[in-house]
Amino acid sequence: MECSSFGIIGKGYVLLASDTTSGNSIVKMKTDEDKTKTLGQHLVMTYSGQPGDTVQFAEYVERNLRLHQIRHHHELRPAAAAAWIRRSVADALRSRSPYAVNLLVGGFDTSVTAIKEGQEELGGTPKLYWIDYFGTLADVPFAAHGYGSYFVFGLLDRYHDPNASLEEGLVTLRRCIDELSKRLNAAQSNYRVKVVDKDGLQPSFNPVMLALLHQRPTLQDD
Amino acid sequence: MARRYDSRTTIFSPEVEYAMEAISHAGSVLGVLAKDGVVLAAEKKVTGKLLDLSGATTGGYGGSGEKIFLLNSNVVAGVAGFTADAMSLVNYARQSAQRHLLSYNEDIPVEQLAQSLCDLKQGYTQFGGLRPFGVSLLYAGWDPHYQFQLYHSDPSGNYSGWKATCIGANSGTAQSLLKQDYKDDISIEEAIELVLKTMSKTMDSTTLGSEKLEFATLTLDPITKSPRAKIYRPAEVDALLKKHDLAKKEDDVEMSAS
Repeated sequence: MECSSFGIIGKGYVLLASDTTSGNSIVKMKTDEDKTKTLGQHLVMTYSGQPGDTVQFAEYVERNLRLHQIRHHHELRPAAAAAWIRRSVADALRSRSPYAVNLLVGGFDTSVTAIKEGQEELGGTPKLYWIDYFGTLADVPFAAHGYGSYFVFGLLDRYHDPNASLEEGLVTLRRCIDELSKRLNAAQSNYRVKVVDKDGLQPSFNPVMLALLHQRPTLQDD
Repeated sequence: MARRYDSRTTIFSPEVEYAMEAISHAGSVLGVLAKDGVVLAAEKKVTGKLLDLSGATTGGYGGSGEKIFLLNSNVVAGVAGFTADAMSLVNYARQSAQRHLLSYNEDIPVEQLAQSLCDLKQGYTQFGGLRPFGVSLLYAGWDPHYQFQLYHSDPSGNYSGWKATCIGANSGTAQSLLKQDYKDDISIEEAIELVLKTMSKTMDSTTLGSEKLEFATLTLDPITKSPRAKIYRPAEVDALLKKHDLAKKEDDVEMSAS
């Protein structure tokens, strides 16, 4: 629960970020744990919560969505995948072995209808879902889990722009991360960032993206 | 040795062939895909004058519930073959669609629904001692992946997608008529006309009426952009036939008498 993850929708993309710390209680075990999962060409998830539960559940979701794709020759749309994940959490909650996992699911809906309904040049619609370990699902423009969420919602209320370019989106993300290092006692410094657009998951080592992310936003008094 | 077919091993059962043969005598169902919708029409074989239809209901959602069924809010199906078998499949399809809605919070994709029915039908071709479903279906549906679609499935569990097709009696004739007259990118209005014209030519009876015809369309609601299935009520079928000048004419009798 001490981990933080964020999600932001922009113009033609969705951005997910998760810190990379793994630990128990006050002990930090490692700082390079990847708590994101690629669920398909256009679908990514971040997970946090009870270590062990998280990995088990993330792999369960990953394999089941892959099975669906093999069986039906197409990937689930982000909305359907999020609904299925939510139900898996909710069903487990009412069993003897619930999963204590919080999730952010980001995806890009590339179905014919999504392309027609959105702006055609964007090639579909970016989607972001917030899911908690009680099985709550919310379709949101930006999201956060963990202690970080107490700090960044105000920032996102102020700076989130659904029509922001990827560059602007990354600057907003940087703003959130900086705020945490400034104000959060248990702040983490390493984050894993994933971006999904019409062409699918963008490689996170993309040099342009990294440069932007490491660039501090110019803070203006406005 | 005297047995014509082995009831134990998994051979391709001649029973499937019998089922297909039975369907070729059933009331025909015709489907046409348009760019903005799908049209289904079905012929009801008249069982006889003495059949009391006064108690027949409309099934609550239009039609007379004999040949055309609403499987889910985005899929309408027309059936040809044994009605009792068809009802069982319709029930299975509705459950399958609701199960999908429960798991994924979306309408089941049309092909996936056709596939789930075909998986069931296929099972009966593999084992001896069980009779296959004597039913062919046409599925008219819409989903966000492929928009409007028309599928056909037969008793063996094979299915295929079509722009226009026909099952049941005289399906060969109807198909060649459809092949002649079908054009790509036709509108729903043109598709309705094509369906009614083809139906009037291939049906045994000379005049069309709601007692012999079931009719349905699937379109998109212009405001909500969600699929809207319309199974015509008997009065609406008659009105439609009248509009297309295919209804029974009162003066026909007098003209032939004079």
